[in-house]
Amino acid sequence: MTSGSYESALAAIAAERRDIIVMTAENRAPIRHLPALLGERFVDVGICEQTLVGAAAGLALRGRTPVAHALAAFLVMRAYEFIRTDVGIGRLPVKLVGYVPGFLSEGNGPTHQAIEDVALMRGIPGMQVFCPADEAELVAGLPAILASPQPCYVRYNALPPVCEHPAPFSIGRAECVAEGDGVAILTYGLMLREALRARAILEARHVPVQVLNLRMLKPLDEPAVLAAARGTELLVTLEDHLLTGGLHSIVAELLVRSGVRARLLALGLEERWFRPAPLPAVLRHEGLSGARVAERILETLIRPLPFHSGSSPCPIE
Amino acid sequence: MSDPGLELPALALRVREHVLRMAARGGCFVGASLSCADLLVHLYTRVLRVSPARVNDPQRDYLFLSKGHDVPALYGVLAELGYLDPERLESHLSTEDSIYWHPNRAVRGVEFHSGSLGHLLAVALGVALDIRLCGGRNRVFVLLGDGELNEGSIWEACLVAAALRLDNLVAVVDRNGFQANARTEELIPLEPLAAKFEAFGWSCCSADGHDFEALDEAFSRFPLEPGRPSVVLAQTVRGKGVPSLEGRVDRWFAVFTPDEAEALVEELRGGRVAPVLGEGLVVR
Repeated sequence: MTSGSYESALAAIAAERRDIIVMTAENRAPIRHLPALLGERFVDVGICEQTLVGAAAGLALRGRTPVAHALAAFLVMRAYEFIRTDVGIGRLPVKLVGYVPGFLSEGNGPTHQAIEDVALMRGIPGMQVFCPADEAELVAGLPAILASPQPCYVRYNALPPVCEHPAPFSIGRAECVAEGDGVAILTYGLMLREALRARAILEARHVPVQVLNLRMLKPLDEPAVLAAARGTELLVTLEDHLLTGGLHSIVAELLVRSGVRARLLALGLEERWFRPAPLPAVLRHEGLSGARVAERILETLIRPLPFHSGSSPCPIE
Repeated sequence: MSDPGLELPALALRVREHVLRMAARGGCFVGASLSCADLLVHLYTRVLRVSPARVNDPQRDYLFLSKGHDVPALYGVLAELGYLDPERLESHLSTEDSIYWHPNRAVRGVEFHSGSLGHLLAVALGVALDIRLCGGRNRVFVLLGDGELNEGSIWEACLVAAALRLDNLVAVVDRNGFQANARTEELIPLEPLAAKFEAFGWSCCSADGHDFEALDEAFSRFPLEPGRPSVVLAQTVRGKGVPSLEGRVDRWFAVFTPDEAEALVEELRGGRVAPVLGEGLVVR
């Protein structure tokens, strides 16, 4: 078990907290050492996502804090009604960990692509949504997520560190990774790396870029998003998720609700699944590599239109 | 368990009266509630180690109502046994209370909400698993509808419960032979049902779900086999107790006028058969 890994962090918390039960629907790869460590507190229900979630609700009714793991697509969609009805209505502290969400499903194809998971999970009253940028952030956020009495969806991401994360983790707080007053890129999860690559390119072109790593999409750090909207000329949402219901929707809703006008560029997936391929190829093909993100931002900045351009190519010419 | 001296048939009669009167306050799922009324009376008085004072006791036995639309029968039992003020049944469907067509935990004695079929076997499995982890001796009962057995999640949970060898888990099937709009055997045949459960690794027995002595016999020995979850197939009659409601496809959800409900209560008590109630009966 690697030091600093999600698995070791979970094992350490479970050693302290007897209420933690680690569950899986036969997706053991990131927690393969835990059966030996946890004994009966490790429960594998086989390929039964509905039973996984229902049983987790039952365990939570008895005072446990279940941490249930499955592939994100099957966890949030096959078992959606169990999450919504048993965990959601019950307001039970079940933690749902979805593996290979978004672009992390790489070559699996559309059956395995969880690109609507944020939309589905945030639609459940009381459900928190945690989208770590890398394994370090996943580990940093884990104690607070497990300590919360609310249910939480964790968009699992154990990629190597994207950058330093000096800001301590706090539920509902974003991390400002870079300051800048020209453009603000709002992002989460693995797309933070592309946002930073885009920033490097744009800064070389004398475009100052703020990068806001949201960490949690629910609760959202609304003050941080509104400050970015007020403090820059262009707000960019960048995500490996459908625009529908994801960060783009979240930010647009917040701006409208708050009466804040901002120019908004939405970068994500629009009304389709992505081409299955290794991650770097997916990013290039979908126009979401750091280089393409920088280009799309520049294209938007030189356009005279003051308000909302949609995603590339610009629909309003 | 409550007072063993309780006269069960009389108690069950009062529970059925509650069901009929709730149907006059905005309607309810009468057929399914009447079919499991005896089962719930029996479980709460002879089987479950629970009482109004023990609803939060971690050592209590649990009963989960997975086919939640039969909750009027449960509310009737809870009202008769002191869990619930019977006057609250007057507030059926009131926005000021939480007595509606499906169960919820705002009503003392209700273990969990339900309504969407096929959920609570998995939830009960989680509770049974925790009890085993805690070394507890309490048992977990789940009342399932036979129509509910159409749901794939039931059979998924059956596989897992058997794999985990949860012999503190007991499913009770209200085998009234009907689902919403059809006889089970005409729509999605379930038989041979005992063989299905046994093939899934459960131990099975069958009993007349309206005969308290037969239920005593069935519920006297759990687990049926060590290391296996148990299932009781309780043979019941939809609408049981009111001849004009019994065993009919169109007697599932019903809205009665207060006069109709009282006529049906008379019929329940052995009086004359109530006039056929065409208008008030709704199949949903």
